[in-house]
Amino acid sequence: MNLHLLTVDSTRTAVLEKQTTATALVDEFYQKIEAEDAAIGAYLTLCQERAYLQAAYVDALADKGDALPPLAGVPIAIKDVFTTKRVRTTAGSKILGNFIAPYDATAVQRLEGAGAIVLGKTNCDEFAMGSSNENSGFHPVRNPHDHSRVPGGSSGGSAAAVAAGTAVASIGSDTGGSIRQPAAFCGVVGLKPTYGRVSRYGLIAFASSLDHVGPFGKTVKDVALMLQCMAGRDPLDSTSADVPVPNYLEHVGQPVTGMKIGVAQEYFGEGLDAEVRAAVEAGIQELAKAGCEIVPISLPHTEYAIPTYYVVATAEASSNLARYDGVRYGVRASDGQTLAEMYRRTRDAGLGTEVKRRIMLGTYALSAGYYDAYYLKAQRVRSLLARDFDNAFATVDAIVTPTTPTAAFKLGEKVDDPLAMYLADIYTVTANLAGVPGISVPCGKNKEGLPIGIQILGKAFDEPSVLRVAHVVEHAMAAAANPLSASPEAGAQR
Amino acid sequence: MVTEKDVSYVADLAHLDLTEAERARMLKDLNSILGYIDRLNELDTSAVEPMAQVASRYGARQDAGAMRPDEPRPSLPHDEAMHNAPASDGIFFKVPKVIER
Repeated sequence: MNLHLLTVDSTRTAVLEKQTTATALVDEFYQKIEAEDAAIGAYLTLCQERAYLQAAYVDALADKGDALPPLAGVPIAIKDVFTTKRVRTTAGSKILGNFIAPYDATAVQRLEGAGAIVLGKTNCDEFAMGSSNENSGFHPVRNPHDHSRVPGGSSGGSAAAVAAGTAVASIGSDTGGSIRQPAAFCGVVGLKPTYGRVSRYGLIAFASSLDHVGPFGKTVKDVALMLQCMAGRDPLDSTSADVPVPNYLEHVGQPVTGMKIGVAQEYFGEGLDAEVRAAVEAGIQELAKAGCEIVPISLPHTEYAIPTYYVVATAEASSNLARYDGVRYGVRASDGQTLAEMYRRTRDAGLGTEVKRRIMLGTYALSAGYYDAYYLKAQRVRSLLARDFDNAFATVDAIVTPTTPTAAFKLGEKVDDPLAMYLADIYTVTANLAGVPGISVPCGKNKEGLPIGIQILGKAFDEPSVLRVAHVVEHAMAAAANPLSASPEAGAQR
Repeated sequence: MVTEKDVSYVADLAHLDLTEAERARMLKDLNSILGYIDRLNELDTSAVEPMAQVASRYGARQDAGAMRPDEPRPSLPHDEAMHNAPASDGIFFKVPKVIER
């Protein structure tokens, strides 16, 4: 079995038609991880016992001839910011290096309930703070397309595992672009659904009003299937939406004739790489050929999105990360003589530079005398950014932009310049601030052979339109797409 | 403009010690990032409501129905909740002494 070419659907079919067993698949994936992941570093923890138990369950279902659930036998990877019962859960941080979660995140529980097999936990920037995966407290992840380059972040391991074929699909979290940006860099599909669409229960919090849960896959159809199994109200997350879940798969492959696609000049300005621009413009041409009406629009406050984001996200983070104090869980520094000293020593030793920087920035923005000038000001600008989308979506069905200003950059290139690193998310943070859904789909490669991503944004809860447009782009661009992820559907049919 | 004194004050609030090198770096980075954030002041937002979260815009219930009934239900067993404690006497979390004599 060529693991590289497996999709969610073809994996399930292979198990259903007894071409293989779930147990044999798990064997093959662990062999591949063993042989190849040292060079990539996508995984932090493997959970063999759990994977084989689930595989045995799926195989028993198949043997009995029972109807198989939608993700039956599909080996997936989970970003290490989701809690997994009795499996180490670190959030990429040394401070949680020994943390064994006592319960499963809702997203994980629902995927396993649908028959998916969790192979392991993937590497990420510490507490999901970063755009290159270089802020992992353990080791960096390398881009499967070019090992000298970053996979993007913060869900770098989850994107790289799918691109490298060491998982069929995966999940990540996206607070400012952490699913879409690594998807673009690694040449896979990554979806950030609407805020509230997927439960955050068991997602280790970074910035609660911006944190989203979503899937990675090789194809648009795969992420639609993954979303289908995770979406919906969860009583354990009060912000999860009480909105019916449509059948996403029905929309994948539907025509886009007559749809209005907005193109905002603010996403094509200074700083956009020429090859990325050309690829995205080619994608937009394909949508026009497929019958879409291309409408120029304006999202006038876009340039204020990054400064707004870095106030809101760090303020929330400074509060959320106060819990890492060495008392109830995690690694405690042993040399504190008083409680306060123990807190400080524990946090100094256990947290990395970027996390400390963001805690400091957020604490400053919330401190007496600065709350109005920074935090409240950013919240007001956030309203303007959300209003930009309201106005745009009054006239268009979806908005198409580049996912990132450039293709994957080199390891070490931006580590000493936090502001330059923050700008890697310039086209993705707006969707988090407004809560609207966005997907990144491969859209060709640059001259160096690095993948380029195109982003499609939609109205709140209109994932169906986003998936529909994404599927058209995916198929139009397949010829130019990279061999690691091109035409897996065709490959699986052989 | 963030000063060394501000860095010390904020580090104290955040329960971080920070080494000398980290403090110097933090001073430089915070000023650079806050300088960038200052461009928000180009916008007149006096008539704009602050937006803390999007859930109320999109479907999360804000009414009484968002609340579950206030009834007792099983919670994490004690031993599982204590399992990750760095120091415990089996019943409580143990910490260095809080009150100085």
